[in-house]
Amino acid sequence: MWDYSEKVREHFFNPRNSGVLEEANGIGDVGSISCGDALRLMLRVDPGSERIVDARFQTFGCGSAIASSSALTEIVKGMTLEEALKVSNQDIADYLDGLPPEKMHCSVMGREALHAAVANYRGEEWQDDHEEGALVCKCFAVDSALIEETVRANGLSTVEQVTNYTKAGGSCATCHEAIEEILTRVAAERCTAPVVEDRPVPAAKPAPTARLTNFQRMRRIEEVVESIRPMLQRDHGDIEIVEVDGRNIYVKLHGACHGCMMEHATLSGIQSKLAEALGEMVRVLPVAAMGH
Amino acid sequence: MDAPIYLDNNATTRCDPAVVTAMLPFFSEQFGNPSSMHSFGNKVGQAIKEARARVQDLLGAAHDSEIVFTSCGTESDSTAILSALKAQPERNQVITTVVEHPAVLSLCDQLEKEGYAVHRLKVDKRGRLDLDEYKSLLSPRVAVVSVMWANNETGTLFPVEAMAEMASAAGVMFHTDAVQAVGKVPIDLKNSKIDMLSVSGHKLHAPKGIGVLYLRRGLRFRPLLRGGHQERGRRAGTENTASIVGLGKAAELAMAHMAHENTEVRRLRDKLETGILAQVSRAFATGDTGNRLPNTSNIAFEFVEGEAILLLLNRQGIAASSGSACTSGSLEPSHVMRAMGIPYTAAHGTIRFSLSRDNSEAEIDRVIAAVPPVIAQLRKLSPYWGDDGPVEEPTKAFAPSYA
Repeated sequence: MWDYSEKVREHFFNPRNSGVLEEANGIGDVGSISCGDALRLMLRVDPGSERIVDARFQTFGCGSAIASSSALTEIVKGMTLEEALKVSNQDIADYLDGLPPEKMHCSVMGREALHAAVANYRGEEWQDDHEEGALVCKCFAVDSALIEETVRANGLSTVEQVTNYTKAGGSCATCHEAIEEILTRVAAERCTAPVVEDRPVPAAKPAPTARLTNFQRMRRIEEVVESIRPMLQRDHGDIEIVEVDGRNIYVKLHGACHGCMMEHATLSGIQSKLAEALGEMVRVLPVAAMGH
Repeated sequence: MDAPIYLDNNATTRCDPAVVTAMLPFFSEQFGNPSSMHSFGNKVGQAIKEARARVQDLLGAAHDSEIVFTSCGTESDSTAILSALKAQPERNQVITTVVEHPAVLSLCDQLEKEGYAVHRLKVDKRGRLDLDEYKSLLSPRVAVVSVMWANNETGTLFPVEAMAEMASAAGVMFHTDAVQAVGKVPIDLKNSKIDMLSVSGHKLHAPKGIGVLYLRRGLRFRPLLRGGHQERGRRAGTENTASIVGLGKAAELAMAHMAHENTEVRRLRDKLETGILAQVSRAFATGDTGNRLPNTSNIAFEFVEGEAILLLLNRQGIAASSGSACTSGSLEPSHVMRAMGIPYTAAHGTIRFSLSRDNSEAEIDRVIAAVPPVIAQLRKLSPYWGDDGPVEEPTKAFAPSYA
């Protein structure tokens, strides 16, 4: 059962101003039945003073959607349109002594209905600009759409960064797995994974006749890795050679590459490039594999 | 306010007082560890043996050693599916359905991320499976089939016995999540090809925190929890003795009430459903109504939202549940309703009434009287509803500006 305030319960059980307002001259329809919420706000505006003289609503939705609609009509009655447009969703939630984080979107819907109704009165088109996703962080009421957008826009790659930008995950920390999943998904989209070209390694290519000296071999490994780095850096990642031990080349992945779901593909791509350049079979391994 | 009426028995049931009485000595008197050599443990071991036999009876299992006590239905589901994958590393596919409980669906989503292939069987408008589709998916690459016996939201029964036969013929392990079915429909595992079956105690008047995994003798198995010899090494961890004893008693009571469940409880359920549908227009029962649990009725009320219905019913002391998005905090209505193609205008207004042997005729009469005014009250608030019916072409007449 939701933890609804007394005020929410009271407005749900005894909604104010429900039903059709016949003489309405500004109507705002918002919401979506697929989300389980839909609200029609009807305003009667006095054209001379631009004051809202009456407001009624019809709502398809849960307890807090109905309570938010009821609260909204009570708040805006008597306001001028200018004053009404300043009403925020937080004002609606505050009027009801707060809403559970999962239910804040009900107050957002109220504010949108208000803007839509005013636009309708003024003969303007109202455009909704917000998209909703599943709720990820319950402490700060942050949804997946906002996190994804922020990660994409700012090239974020860690949970900590997401917390700094959106607050999500900053309190009880139980949503970190969900945030990591979003990071992985966005990283995978962004990853133009440079070296995954699946070119078959020529099977019977004769080894270079002149054997490389140790020094030449090291240099060549370095050259190949250096040539790959810009591609990784473009995707906010990087690579560093840690150790060359016989046929095993240990590397460390940085930034977005670290922990990326494409890590394996990236390493095997680098491996085939190196094998080609050196004319011998080598293994590229993450540094974590050292000492195994 | 009148005495509360509990019609949410698919969520959980009241612990039967006889179950509580049976359990009480195992807290402060028979507190021994059944593994101990002394007499404190010995009597507890005897009580567990007795409880195991009662569960064996209820499930119709051939051997008492096929009964493994776990902590809950979810643990049993996870143990079964993960065991099948670990014991058969050469097989990397799972077959399940789109309407399973999250205990199975979320696990399958995770397995998919780890590289396993998951086939999810679809259902038709009445929530039924296509067995030809199922048959075509059975192959030597499939490690396990996991299909629920009865759906928790609609009560729809799946033909798990026939499906287990088909899996067996194809050499594939078969698991069923039977947490809603056990105690409500007769089960006879020894004459079936079902390999694994999950039970949850609190769905049949035993306490929360106790479950069972049935494991057919000889089935290849890998434990989820290692670390002790309990349950013959198949589920380590000191036994939840009091709850095991409680579940044993609950299983005995369920056997004794099986006929009652399928006659009297069924009659009350039918009376409730018919009574409501006769008074409320634009409402219908969801699922395979001719083939479902005797205690469950899921009714979709069009153009109203489920949480609002529940809140108004709750004010009259009536407890039920809903498949609406709002009751779960997600944005989508129940995956079961969506899988059956129930339109959004109805899916958000689905209410599940689930009865038990505790419910009386007088209670059902009260609910039949209480529901229609609640629906009427909310429809009056709904922009999709006119004076005495939906507005013409409701989804066109009211088309909010984002959808």
